[in-house]
Amino acid sequence: MLLASCVNMKVFKRVLPTSLLCLGLGLSLPAMAVDISGNTGFEINIYEDEGQFESQDYRSNLSFAAQPEFYWEWHNGDNSLIFTPFFRLDEQDEERTHGDIRELAWTYVNNQWEIHTGIRKVFWGVTEFVHLVDVINQTDNVESADGEEKLGQAMVQLSRATNWGIFDGFILLGFRERTFAGEDGRLRPQLLVDTDQASYESGDEDKHIDFALRWSHSVDIFDVGVSIFEGTDREPILQVGLSNGEVVLTPFYQQVTQIGIDLQATIDNWLWKLELIHKDSDQDTFAASQAGFEYTFYGVAGSTTDIGALLEYGWDERGEDASSLSQNDIYLGTRITLNDANDSTLLMGFSYDVDYYSRSFIVEASKRLNDRWTIALEGLFVDASNSQDPSASLDQDDRIQLTFERFF
Amino acid sequence: MQPVKLSLWIGLMSAILLLSYTAHAKSPEEKGLEIAKESKQRDIGWGDSETTLKMILRNAAGQESIREVRTKTLEVVNDGDKSLNIFDHPRDVKGTAFLSFSNPVGADDQWLYLPALKRVKRIASRNKSGPFMGSEFAYEDLTSFEVEKYTYKFIREEACAGGNCFVVEQYPVDKYSGYTRRVVWIDTTEYRTWKTEFYDRRDSLLKTLTVTDFNQYLDKYWRATEMKMVNHQSKKETDLIWDEYLFNTGLSVADFNQNTLRRAK
Repeated sequence: MLLASCVNMKVFKRVLPTSLLCLGLGLSLPAMAVDISGNTGFEINIYEDEGQFESQDYRSNLSFAAQPEFYWEWHNGDNSLIFTPFFRLDEQDEERTHGDIRELAWTYVNNQWEIHTGIRKVFWGVTEFVHLVDVINQTDNVESADGEEKLGQAMVQLSRATNWGIFDGFILLGFRERTFAGEDGRLRPQLLVDTDQASYESGDEDKHIDFALRWSHSVDIFDVGVSIFEGTDREPILQVGLSNGEVVLTPFYQQVTQIGIDLQATIDNWLWKLELIHKDSDQDTFAASQAGFEYTFYGVAGSTTDIGALLEYGWDERGEDASSLSQNDIYLGTRITLNDANDSTLLMGFSYDVDYYSRSFIVEASKRLNDRWTIALEGLFVDASNSQDPSASLDQDDRIQLTFERFF
Repeated sequence: MQPVKLSLWIGLMSAILLLSYTAHAKSPEEKGLEIAKESKQRDIGWGDSETTLKMILRNAAGQESIREVRTKTLEVVNDGDKSLNIFDHPRDVKGTAFLSFSNPVGADDQWLYLPALKRVKRIASRNKSGPFMGSEFAYEDLTSFEVEKYTYKFIREEACAGGNCFVVEQYPVDKYSGYTRRVVWIDTTEYRTWKTEFYDRRDSLLKTLTVTDFNQYLDKYWRATEMKMVNHQSKKETDLIWDEYLFNTGLSVADFNQNTLRRAK
């Protein structure tokens, strides 16, 4: 079938890269078999209150999502192709009803070299509550409250593993705008973010080509990474603007140079973690860090249960002027892992903003129901009364989220 | 002449002492160590291997759940082995991969790859005694055998599933081991471990591991094809069933790093 569509494309004289890809695939098609996996699931959100803004007058939301993964490999795995589309349908928020190509990439491996071409996701970093160093992919902000869901990024990545660590070079082709909740969405600022009015410092706008380099290495108990990124900042500056006579926020994406360091020391029961960034732009130059530890009590009271204690501190040189929610914040958490056949885990986190005295509490619990289904429960509770605090807009969005996922 | 006579005497006495020492039966500790060294010696030189492991977890009520893991292992002579495990089943952990550098003494280095977040996490290997994938096998039960990991005591010889067996007690050197001791039954002809009893930190019998059968590869190396772990305290069981092993598949150190962990499929 793939070959047929390739032939068609050639007949219609489609763009050169497609033909080249088809040529590559066509030459080695006999050995290829597709491996299909992925998941579909639905999610129920129950809010304690109606939201504080207009159009948020509901207390429940239903949502459906699917993310299949198609994987081919040939030449004994030296070549592979991955395709991971994603789609979500949301009852209330039309901005959250969206699709994305999380991955569509060809990987070629030769000895210690790796070349990845296409849309991919890449993660950097070590801390648990905030991810400062991780800059390659844009945040799919409507997907989750913790900002851990990412949009696919087009790139060419060259990677080499040596005795002195792993060296990565990235050419990032084109820019993805951050997604924001629509008028009917929850967990959003008071003023709507009008993504149609996004503006850029660079004249190339969202076609600007970004570059990144990273070196990472494991030596004894240490895992260290040093990275540099130059290009369009993934985090927009939200400016006040107008849309059809109404006041809105418009995202402005500046050009930045960000240097990042991540470090973990693994010593017996301790994981010591540090992420440090220095971000330089025409508008601002600042440093920020997230640092802390995780200590785990293994096999508590003769059982197979592990209990971990997490403590992290988030700091931003800009203080209260910081756009980040983690400018002077303390994070406390506990992770309980039963190590049972159902992989039952529970994570509870509490954060306290030392500048604004706001507090938030998260709970994440999950387990496997059977060979195919998993269940996850997530709770988010925010207490922020200082209107200067960016998290004040979430004050009435306390919620419980129940997710059922089927894996195939 | 006196001093010469004295030194002669001392020399003679020492010689007699030394002779009687070596002529004496070895101590149980020495014999236990000798058996461990011999069984390790017989398993040196296999190079690298790949296989698929199926685990059947059974709770006290008899309910079963299945795990499937593909394993690539590289022998590193004079150091610990390197291994890469890729999980295929259950489907919600498909694509999760586990990289382990075993160290003869001290903690192993371990990294876990979480495919949903594309994240590699270094994990604390202090967690030796923790269950592997919810099974009755602890991480330390599945790592490569290194002579330095235990001290030994030979107990007796007796009949066993493999014919005639040495019965040896092994005391873990690592203070983070979940056991005070293991008792192993090793056959006297091929040095294969047919049965292992695990005693917990209170020195009561926790688990028994029994091997049903072995296959021989490259005319030399024995690998278990099926084994059963029974937990006497929780009444849970785990069966391990291996596919045929492939040896000399061309694996090298370059196949065991965070890049290969990330792209493991």
